[in-house]
Amino acid sequence: MNAIHCRNINKHFKQKKVIALREIDFTVPKGETFGIIGPNGSGKSTLVRILSTLLIPDTGSATVFTHDVVRSPMAVRRMINRVSVDAAFFKKLSAWENLRYAARLYGVPKKQAREKTLAILDSMGFPKKRFDEPLEELSRGMQQKVAIARSLFTSPILLLLDEPTTGLDPRSKKEVQDFIFGLKRQTDITVLLTTHDMAEAETLCDRIAIINGGGFIAVDKAERLKDRFGVNDLEAVFMRSTGKEWEESEQDAEGRD
Amino acid sequence: MRVKTEIVSTLGFLERNLSLVRRYLGWEIVFMTYNIVNALTIGFIGVTQGKQFVMYLTIGALVWGFLSVLFHEISESVAWERWEGTIEYTFMAPIHRFTQLFGSCLFAIVYGLIRTVLILFFVALFLGLSLKQANLGAALVVLVVSGLSFIGLGLVAAILPLMSTEKGAQATHIMEAVILLVSGVYYDVSVLPKWLQPLSAFSPATYSLRALRGALLEGKSLTELWPTVLLLLAIGVLLIPLGLIAFNQAEIYAKRTGKLKRNG
Repeated sequence: MNAIHCRNINKHFKQKKVIALREIDFTVPKGETFGIIGPNGSGKSTLVRILSTLLIPDTGSATVFTHDVVRSPMAVRRMINRVSVDAAFFKKLSAWENLRYAARLYGVPKKQAREKTLAILDSMGFPKKRFDEPLEELSRGMQQKVAIARSLFTSPILLLLDEPTTGLDPRSKKEVQDFIFGLKRQTDITVLLTTHDMAEAETLCDRIAIINGGGFIAVDKAERLKDRFGVNDLEAVFMRSTGKEWEESEQDAEGRD
Repeated sequence: MRVKTEIVSTLGFLERNLSLVRRYLGWEIVFMTYNIVNALTIGFIGVTQGKQFVMYLTIGALVWGFLSVLFHEISESVAWERWEGTIEYTFMAPIHRFTQLFGSCLFAIVYGLIRTVLILFFVALFLGLSLKQANLGAALVVLVVSGLSFIGLGLVAAILPLMSTEKGAQATHIMEAVILLVSGVYYDVSVLPKWLQPLSAFSPATYSLRALRGALLEGKSLTELWPTVLLLLAIGVLLIPLGLIAFNQAEIYAKRTGKLKRNG
């Protein structure tokens, strides 16, 4: 069964005069960890937003476990959760107050939510004593761990991770990556992970799509991508496939996401 | 099962907002003190004109306080979430939009009532107001029915921050200012310039204040106030579904244009 099925998705933003996505066409089978790597502004977050029912594509369709994201958003929302690059919370509220609010929205009993989130946070090295402190007093890494706990305690079968480790300190980054790796081994959850960390994509993802200028350039396993372009790392794959340096692509794409 | 989840979610909004009040307690105390002092200063203006006029002004201050809290809490709930960046997470949750908006309305009513009662207590203490002649039952009915129309207005206003966080909030404030000007909060609408007076007919606050003053100052019964109450009810019944439909359309627009992002 396919967890994600996207067919010819196009999206442009009139005000910014940018084409965010062009002819995106791919499937992700259930249980796979699918990575999307691309520079800032390449369209990664736009695609995640479409799959999260937060954005409507101009043309094309996207389904999550056969449910169309535009026609059946409620069915999709019951199956997914998402972590975005910026840990969006009510920053004056504590981690628990934010998570309790999420628990109410997803119909998870409070006791169960508290136990589950504490277990998730503990496995990422989050100190329990800080669970009731306002989030604005926690480090960026800690906030992102709370965001990951928020996305998982609702038991999604599709997890959308939109640059979950960007901007984290090396230790937090490693703890989050280890957690995702453990999750992938221990459960059959499907994960869509966007990143611009090539090593992270290679370690965590079963298949990788390279995105640039809103379109997929190549989709395959990391090893096969490297073989195809005759290079040793994914950054070189990107340069070979686009004919551009990474930074150059970021400048070209400013404002697209 | 779904109904239970929706009810629990409604409580989630109530609980979340109460937690926010607790975390911003310092500001709550500051605003409450300001509102009490504001109501008192307005009341003192009428002291030389007699108790009846003090009551007239105080009713204006209290009713406006209550209705503007309803309007603000509902219309700004969207702006607040956009500033925090949480709106995408709320919109991504498997709940109906009605549940989200109803949750915000429920909090606004509870919060507005508590504030109004507290202000009333202090104002009555300082100004020695008497409610002997008042028909409190009728006043309560009018207040509840007025609340419906202001919830409707709040829902309509909530669309604006969905389109643009800052400009939407600005437009909401202008909308509130116009209602304050034309509704006869502290004066009879007949003192307004002729060209402005027709606008007062479109504001539900005009009818709320007229009916509440009738109940509290003249002890009018619900039977006497019935035409105005019915009109208020009709405005509420019309505005609430209209607000929900408009909100739904605005959400679709926001999802087409990418306006739900924090910086949308």
